[in-house]
Amino acid sequence: MSVLEIIIALPLLAALAIWLGAPARAASLGATSINLILVLYTAVQYWGKTGLAFTYSRPILENPSLSFAVGADGISIILALLTTLVMLAAIWQIHDRPAIFYVSSLLIGGGALGAFLTTDIFFIYAFHELALIPTFLMIALHGRAEPAYRKAVAWKATIYLGVGSLVLLAGLVWLVLEFSGGSKLTFDLEALRSQAKLNPLPDSKQAQIFFVLLLGFGSLVSLFPFHSWAAPAYATAPTPVAMLHSGVLKKFGLYGLIRIALPLLPHGVHVEWVQNALLLMLLGNILVMGLVTIHAKRLDDTLANSSVMHMGYIFLGIAAGTDIALKGAVILMFAHGISIALLFGLLGRMRNQLGTLEYNKLGGLANHAPAFTVLFAFGTFASIGLPGLTNFAGEVLIFLGNFTEFKAGGLTHLQWTVILALWGVVMSAVYMLRAYRSIFHGSPATGLFMIDPALSQRVPFIMLAATLLVTGCCPWLLLNLMKSAL
Amino acid sequence: MSVFTIEAGLALLGLALLLLEALKPEISRRTLGLTAIAGTTLALVLFIFAPHDSASQPAFIQPWHQLDSLAIFYKGFALVITILVLWLTLECAPYLTRFTVDGKLAEMFSLPLIVCAGMMWMASARDLVTVFVALELVTVSFYVLVAFARKSAFSLEAGVKYLILGALSTGVLVYGIAWIYGATGTMSFDGIAKALANPATSKTTALFGAAVLLCGLGFKVAAAPFHMWVPDVYQGAPTPVTAFLSVGSKAAGFVVLTRALDAFLVEGSIIGSEIQALLLVVGSLTALLGSLPAMFQTSVKRLLAYSSISHAGYLLLALACRESARFDLSSGGIVAFYLATYLPMTVLGFLGLGLMRANGLGEDIKDFTGLAKRNPLLALLMTLSFASLAGLPLTAGFLGKLFVFLGLADHGYWGALSCAVIAAAAGFYYYFKTILAMYTTEGTDVPALTFSVPAKAVAGALALAILILGVYPKPLQSVLTGKSQAHKVDSK
Repeated sequence: MSVLEIIIALPLLAALAIWLGAPARAASLGATSINLILVLYTAVQYWGKTGLAFTYSRPILENPSLSFAVGADGISIILALLTTLVMLAAIWQIHDRPAIFYVSSLLIGGGALGAFLTTDIFFIYAFHELALIPTFLMIALHGRAEPAYRKAVAWKATIYLGVGSLVLLAGLVWLVLEFSGGSKLTFDLEALRSQAKLNPLPDSKQAQIFFVLLLGFGSLVSLFPFHSWAAPAYATAPTPVAMLHSGVLKKFGLYGLIRIALPLLPHGVHVEWVQNALLLMLLGNILVMGLVTIHAKRLDDTLANSSVMHMGYIFLGIAAGTDIALKGAVILMFAHGISIALLFGLLGRMRNQLGTLEYNKLGGLANHAPAFTVLFAFGTFASIGLPGLTNFAGEVLIFLGNFTEFKAGGLTHLQWTVILALWGVVMSAVYMLRAYRSIFHGSPATGLFMIDPALSQRVPFIMLAATLLVTGCCPWLLLNLMKSAL
Repeated sequence: MSVFTIEAGLALLGLALLLLEALKPEISRRTLGLTAIAGTTLALVLFIFAPHDSASQPAFIQPWHQLDSLAIFYKGFALVITILVLWLTLECAPYLTRFTVDGKLAEMFSLPLIVCAGMMWMASARDLVTVFVALELVTVSFYVLVAFARKSAFSLEAGVKYLILGALSTGVLVYGIAWIYGATGTMSFDGIAKALANPATSKTTALFGAAVLLCGLGFKVAAAPFHMWVPDVYQGAPTPVTAFLSVGSKAAGFVVLTRALDAFLVEGSIIGSEIQALLLVVGSLTALLGSLPAMFQTSVKRLLAYSSISHAGYLLLALACRESARFDLSSGGIVAFYLATYLPMTVLGFLGLGLMRANGLGEDIKDFTGLAKRNPLLALLMTLSFASLAGLPLTAGFLGKLFVFLGLADHGYWGALSCAVIAAAAGFYYYFKTILAMYTTEGTDVPALTFSVPAKAVAGALALAILILGVYPKPLQSVLTGKSQAHKVDSK
């Protein structure tokens, strides 16, 4: 028995208990609080260590070899920390909603924890699918729009993510079959990794498989041009689902690329055609989606589109593939998860109290809701990448990680992409600051009134904002968990 | 007690119940039903403790009857599904009796026993004659069962369709058997395998015979293009019978197919590559023609019928993949595993339908609206059943599909694999359309649904089986790796 198994099982058991009649709020808050403590405990235990820890394996089938194997390294722990923080905040801020809100939040969070903490490809994939189902159901059933529209949005997301998952499955099966040339078929990530070290595949094959995996994982992370499901889904999703999916679950695709694709296919991303394709797609995320976001007229559209846009930077870290850039990518995954969850959580409160999110109808909210404004400012400035908040640390590491080597013949494609991508930072500043100004500053709009949430309702948001500040000022807290090269 | 005695005893019990009902009409259906269930359960217990080797069988039966791991698995399978169907019939009785002539269900409790004996017999068949006799025992009983709700026009229509097409396919099957006999001079699977491995055998004759035989069996397992009877028959038949058809009859068809293909695809077979190609094409077509029309169904029962066609497609594709060098999954093993996972999810789905029907609801998707509010437990169980049928990871259905896909990828059958993946993707759509309906809340101020404690217990056990097999398939490991004896002997 490993502590990780408890961490995975707790939310799922709590969800089952609620379905069978346990009090929803108490059970889910209790389970997530214990989970947060357990994850912090693993982080402390892992502090300064390298390699895979807390491993435990329960064999299921001999050949094809399949086992329920758990294990965590720095990335897994950071993402588990992200999951438990966002899950606690998302569940805490639920107010006056049926039990299914708690159940689905627990299932999404539990599925994500399972995906991040297991080391068997079968279960990594399976847990992610488990988390996707409640996401679709909640958008379709309790989304913030007309039934016909929200169902259409949910189906669009289902189709994109479903097809993406199938492409991913095909890529994973291909990968597993390529590495089991002998007489044993295994899904165990560690076994596959040692295989990949011993007999790496030829570069051209690596490139092909990497590309399939990129398409599969990429569509789960709304990689341009497979992104069009994401913005409407986030804008429509109920608040806890939007927080959990954009904050946590979406990171699964990136995690998969870093944990599965890069170590097993180390040359795949550096083969020229794959890299050029990836750079083009991520520039689409940053520049095209940046322009789309600037033109958004409502806060939910701005946030939803910005969440798609910011994925581009993380892909940039993956495209570089250097140690520094990958560490930056992981930190940015954490930072983006916390900041977007904070913003979506606050957005949910605004939608409930004001009934509208259109910029030209809002204004001057800071007058009556100062605490709310400060919290929102944290999210805004983190999003822009202000130094002192975590996002900055991640972005800087990614940008620097692309400039560790210089070629004689001038800048590489990668470095040109970084220079173009920097303009995205400017665009982020434009749309986030404009959103902030038109909502909180200026003269109050008539008929719209908003007050600060009660102190107990501020706790989840304060927790997220404090996380941004602490890890932003001391990014070594996270970097110390990633001592081993990725 | 030998396994053969148990089978014979089961058939005799069926006949005895039939006579009892005819001679003593006042006997209550509860007594009859419980006797049948008790008898089958006793047979299951006896079967578990009976010696599982061919040598323990009576000497006169041994030339026709074999007991390898595949046969043992399918016999257990037949007994379990029969018990479940008998119980489901009893549970749905108040509703079913409205459609029978005298408000009785007598044969509904005796015929399944005879079907069960036939299926068990078929699992052990060593030659085509035994196959034919056992298959007819099963099919003829089903003609009666399908048309049992005689006051319902749908049931009658289903009965007539099943009778005509079934009889036709029997004719085709016999024709195929005759050609095979002509080509190889024998009816036993061992002999056929030996003859087909011999290059002197006439290839054209053998190929024609095998193809016609596969057409006949294709009817029974609903392989495209012989699948069109399924939606009407499944929809019209009483729900317990539909579950029986969908699980029991299909499994019986596949055990025969496994045996026949072990012979046809024996190493060095003169018709091996043609039959393999035929299987891939038919399997891909079946998966697609089942899955794609299912997307447009509004009746859940009909939807499940189409989905059962597509499942037959995956099973056929599994049969096309012979042994792999890379893992210990035999094609017969994958089929057996798939069917073992298919049993709990399908029965759970039909059980849910039956319970809803018993509560006065219809079988359309719109009848599922708001089920989560009316009975959260039933909604949860049905969600599990549909998610597993769709092949959601962590449920039993995913593993079965994964093994089929792995087998196809391993052999490099990319065309068939893409058809299977498309069919599976469509499956996600129609199953989740139904699940979504269950959790939709608008416009549902209908009363809560209730169902009995035994129903809850059985449904819960089936759901547990789905979950456990989904993450811990080890209990079925021996099934997965099990090769039928015939093949092992032949390949030497």
